[in-house]
Amino acid sequence: MQTSRLQTAVLIGPGLGWLALLMVVPCGLVFVLSFFERGVYGGIDYVFNFGNFARAIDPLYLNIFFKSARIAGLAALIALLIAYPAAYAISRAPRRHQTPLLFLAILPFWSNYLIRTYAWIVLLNREGFLNQGFELLGYQGEPINMLYNDGAVVLGLVYNYVPFVILAIYSSITRLDPEIWEASQDLGATRFRTFYRVILPQTVPGIAAGLVFVFVLSIGNFITPDLLGGGRVQMVGNLIYDQFLTARDWPFGAALSFVLIGIMMVLLFLQAVLANRAQGGGRG
Amino acid sequence: MRHLKKLAAMTAVALTFGLSGTAGAADSIVVSNWDGYMPGDMMEQFKAATGVDGEVSLHATNEEIMGKLTAGGGAGYDVVFVSSPYVEALRNLDLLAPIDAEKVPNLKNLYPEAQDLAYDPGNQYSVPYAWGTTGLCYRADLVSDEVDSWNDLLAPSDDLAGKITMLSTERWLMAAGLLAKGYSVNDTDPAHIEEVRDLLIDAKGNLLAYDDTTFYSKLVSGEAVLVHAWDGWCNYGIAENGDIKFVVPNEGSDLWVDTMVVMKSSENKDAAYAFINFVLDPANHAWVAENILYKVPNQAAMDQVGGALAESYPNMGMTPAQLMDMELMRDLGNAQKDYTRASTEIMAAQ
Repeated sequence: MQTSRLQTAVLIGPGLGWLALLMVVPCGLVFVLSFFERGVYGGIDYVFNFGNFARAIDPLYLNIFFKSARIAGLAALIALLIAYPAAYAISRAPRRHQTPLLFLAILPFWSNYLIRTYAWIVLLNREGFLNQGFELLGYQGEPINMLYNDGAVVLGLVYNYVPFVILAIYSSITRLDPEIWEASQDLGATRFRTFYRVILPQTVPGIAAGLVFVFVLSIGNFITPDLLGGGRVQMVGNLIYDQFLTARDWPFGAALSFVLIGIMMVLLFLQAVLANRAQGGGRG
Repeated sequence: MRHLKKLAAMTAVALTFGLSGTAGAADSIVVSNWDGYMPGDMMEQFKAATGVDGEVSLHATNEEIMGKLTAGGGAGYDVVFVSSPYVEALRNLDLLAPIDAEKVPNLKNLYPEAQDLAYDPGNQYSVPYAWGTTGLCYRADLVSDEVDSWNDLLAPSDDLAGKITMLSTERWLMAAGLLAKGYSVNDTDPAHIEEVRDLLIDAKGNLLAYDDTTFYSKLVSGEAVLVHAWDGWCNYGIAENGDIKFVVPNEGSDLWVDTMVVMKSSENKDAAYAFINFVLDPANHAWVAENILYKVPNQAAMDQVGGALAESYPNMGMTPAQLMDMELMRDLGNAQKDYTRASTEIMAAQ
């Protein structure tokens, strides 16, 4: 059936309006803000300048961008390594088991993000369950500091985002024609070779989607670094948060936000290119 | 005091962009305070006493409420709780209504010292609600040496390293460094600010965490043994563990005053004054002190409960004269930007 132009407009209108009103306009405002200066009491002095951007690329802040990217990248990679086998196993399980298994994967989302993150504090702190457990097992030394460092932040991010990656990869594996497994094995490929040469390349869009998803959510995250990093681990999300809520330097916060938005756009573009190429390859 | 409930602050991000409710009804006021900084039934009691409905709005930090007030010109709020330096800032922004002393007769209950504070002599634009100082809160059973200096926090002995938390709210973060160097907590010399910034970046390596909200529970659990704390919040730890002590370092410390101000934009100033007068009633203000465990600058109230509270919480016994020996925290004017920048750089340092 051919949809008329009017129908298209009516269908797409609300979504587009939503995006324009709640995404493009605020982003535009933030962009404009980034060229002004903070007033003495936190207001905005309307003096046009590029100072905020110059400051945003100062090594001090650039380092935070790099550090955030490193933490987010590590989280994405570890999440992928955990999620891929899980998604693969779910997709190869008997069909009637798949829904319950997926359900289990997303079960953590039934509780609040903060509570799940706080739970890690209870587990990891110097007097926490893990240290108490070590003591019961005969560990005699000083309690181990597992909290308030980069590792704890990566752990918190991985834990919270793994389910998304499982879903992304699961959907990309189940989209494959089941006969390609047979075909590959009929042609003499080992199981490993089948996976490595046939399945893996065709799930690249799912992998890319999962990776970008975790990366983008992680690099802007400020709750996990705040709680599990104890304020000592600053990521760019915390930096932006602080500019708006404690430093009251909205223009600088706006400039930092835009640098971050720029990075995310590049990544999403790359992911789209990758997904497109994979699809094109499938057709050819 | 500064209940840095970041979670609340997160949702407030949207609000700070200038959307603010309006309080139109004749007999209702909106009061913004830190979470948990007044008894939970305060508004019910106020309603019972005066017939005025009071709605409580919460702010997590001085900075957050400043953002809301400057963005909306104060609209939507009648009485706001802010710390003393911000009284000066709000005054300079011309957002405050003068306090009508005739409508707040209970002002007479304040200590003479609390009626003549340098940021607002004569309580013309603000009324002190609670006051105190900042110092070190520690587990006497877990520290080997005597804790008595800001350097115990900034350059700790090996057994303390990694078991320390500091406040990250910028004025108090900077104050710890300024006092350790022998400078004023209101020092505006850029060279001093840089020196203190570097000192605090070095100190970061020995911290367990920055913590403005739950430091006392870290002491109770033993996760931390020495924390940078406001006196009243140390009391929350003392309540749970008798080995927790509070000390004002020998280099001295700041005097902070949390105040109540009435917004110029308030459409119901009489009810706002009535609320302030209600708080200053000796019985009510005494109930506040017992509830939040901070000293209140109300002589009549402290005469009622100060002695009993000081038995359990020694810092509740600090006299106004002792508090006056501390350095009053003031607005920094233009130098505020340097402080903000320095604290951003400290937090950002690796």
